[in-house]
Amino acid sequence: MKPPWRDAKAIADRDRAAGDAPRILFPFLAPALSRRALDAALRLARADRAVLIPAFLAPVPRWLPLDCPLPRQATAAVATQEAIEQRAAGFGVPVDARLERGRTARHALMRAIECERYDRIVVAAAAAGAPGFAPEDVAWLLAHAPGEIVVVRPDRDDDLLELDDDEPETRGPTVAMPVAFS
Amino acid sequence: MSDDPSRGHHKVFLGMAAGVGKTYRMLQEGRAELEAGRDVVIGYLEPHGRAETTAQAAGLEVVPRREVTYRDTVLPEMDLDAILSRAPELCLIDELAHTNAPGVEHEKRYQDVDTVLDAGIDVFSTVNVQHLESLSDQIADLTGTRVRETLPDGVVAGASEVMLLDITPEALRERLRAGKIYPAERIETALANFFTPANLTALREVSLRQVAEGIEARRNPHGTIGQGPPVQPRAGGERVLDTAAPWAIGERLLALVTPRAESQRIVRRAWRSAQRLGAELDVLWVAADEPDAEQSEQLVALRKLCSVLGAHLLIEYGDDVAAVAQRVARERGTTYVLIGTPAPRSGLRRARTPLPDRLLRLLPGVDLRIVADRSRREEDPR
Repeated sequence: MKPPWRDAKAIADRDRAAGDAPRILFPFLAPALSRRALDAALRLARADRAVLIPAFLAPVPRWLPLDCPLPRQATAAVATQEAIEQRAAGFGVPVDARLERGRTARHALMRAIECERYDRIVVAAAAAGAPGFAPEDVAWLLAHAPGEIVVVRPDRDDDLLELDDDEPETRGPTVAMPVAFS
Repeated sequence: MSDDPSRGHHKVFLGMAAGVGKTYRMLQEGRAELEAGRDVVIGYLEPHGRAETTAQAAGLEVVPRREVTYRDTVLPEMDLDAILSRAPELCLIDELAHTNAPGVEHEKRYQDVDTVLDAGIDVFSTVNVQHLESLSDQIADLTGTRVRETLPDGVVAGASEVMLLDITPEALRERLRAGKIYPAERIETALANFFTPANLTALREVSLRQVAEGIEARRNPHGTIGQGPPVQPRAGGERVLDTAAPWAIGERLLALVTPRAESQRIVRRAWRSAQRLGAELDVLWVAADEPDAEQSEQLVALRKLCSVLGAHLLIEYGDDVAAVAQRVARERGTTYVLIGTPAPRSGLRRARTPLPDRLLRLLPGVDLRIVADRSRREEDPR
């Protein structure tokens, strides 16, 4: 068992990192997240001693106010953010999660870029059936977002951190979302 | 609810679905007002071919509809000008969430109703719960049916009175089978699709909850701080609520946070618990000072998270976290408090009573949960 002062030091180190360290923005879309893209972002964050900012982008249907609660997407966001935090802990990378709404995925991405401090963006491109941003969104990002941008093209056999989008929201106990971390 | 005495009184008849009897009850109460000597008119009625509803309207003066032509189609709409000119004491207006045809003064009927109320005319109106904006997403998920016509929750929340027309799912299905809601050719489809016992049960629950929350909001109109229920001391230190003011009906969670990235985990964990319990979630930061730049940034993130989750973020100023939490918990009717893992105690902090111990002492009868930092689980010596 570690002595208490070791824990205190670890926490202090992590806090310091969260305040001053470089920040890597990792926007992603429900319902699935590429594990390899996440790992790439985490490897970069570890190498840079950076904080990972996983930003869940939530498109809001036009018939709803932009700032209204989104219980269904919240379920996916909570499950994904927790899975990301656990994976990041394995890499020793501090996480500062975000959740951004927009009328479309690109609108949410634009708001995330406007609101967040970051030094680098890592995004997964949708390719070969793997989840991620459409080519036009990636092109838009390259044209409009300041800072360094890393586009990851996941493999065809990418393991997915997957959320079951078809599962209806129930009034009863919340069912844990299946997370494919093997 | 408006405090303007010159504005009309607005009573909303709220239902969980078509056929529960909203319009019927509105007309029944309108007739009673007429019989009591008031000047009552029907501003707009949509009887949907239901004989009982049509019969209930007999004897009530009807303001003729106006006709609006849109893309070669003639659409009947409520005549707002005619109602204002007629200036009755009470106007009955059906289907509050209706979207008006293009070319009419307002886009939505609830805006027309607002104008009528501003003219000092009392209004009775009807609406189904799935038309409330904040619930439409949830109800679409529950029932598989999305309504396009919505209205802001504030319209119903701001009404002078809300009456819930409650009926059991089986009774409503029986009314449907008896042909009292839809014509014969639509009955089987309706029974098999929207009017299933599961859908109706869920809608009934949402409706009851909505009205209960409205009652709570009226009892405590300032977001509850400083407006809590009276608390009476009892021998032995146990606190009981004043029986004249019944308070928390179900569970209510309070998550204590600080503006740090780690607090989001506490909020997420608390929200999951709230979902399981069907409870409201309050998120509280007890601030000693105004937030600095970094804390402000974290507060923005927390605010967004709470907003998406439907949780209530509260910021209270004070030096004693436990004492402020105690006050807020009393005011909100909290039954469950969640906190993060306390930092290791060192230096002067060793002399202080730990926060969990203080909370347990200050909040008897309230459950306390310490949310573990799972990201550090691998460090555990197991």
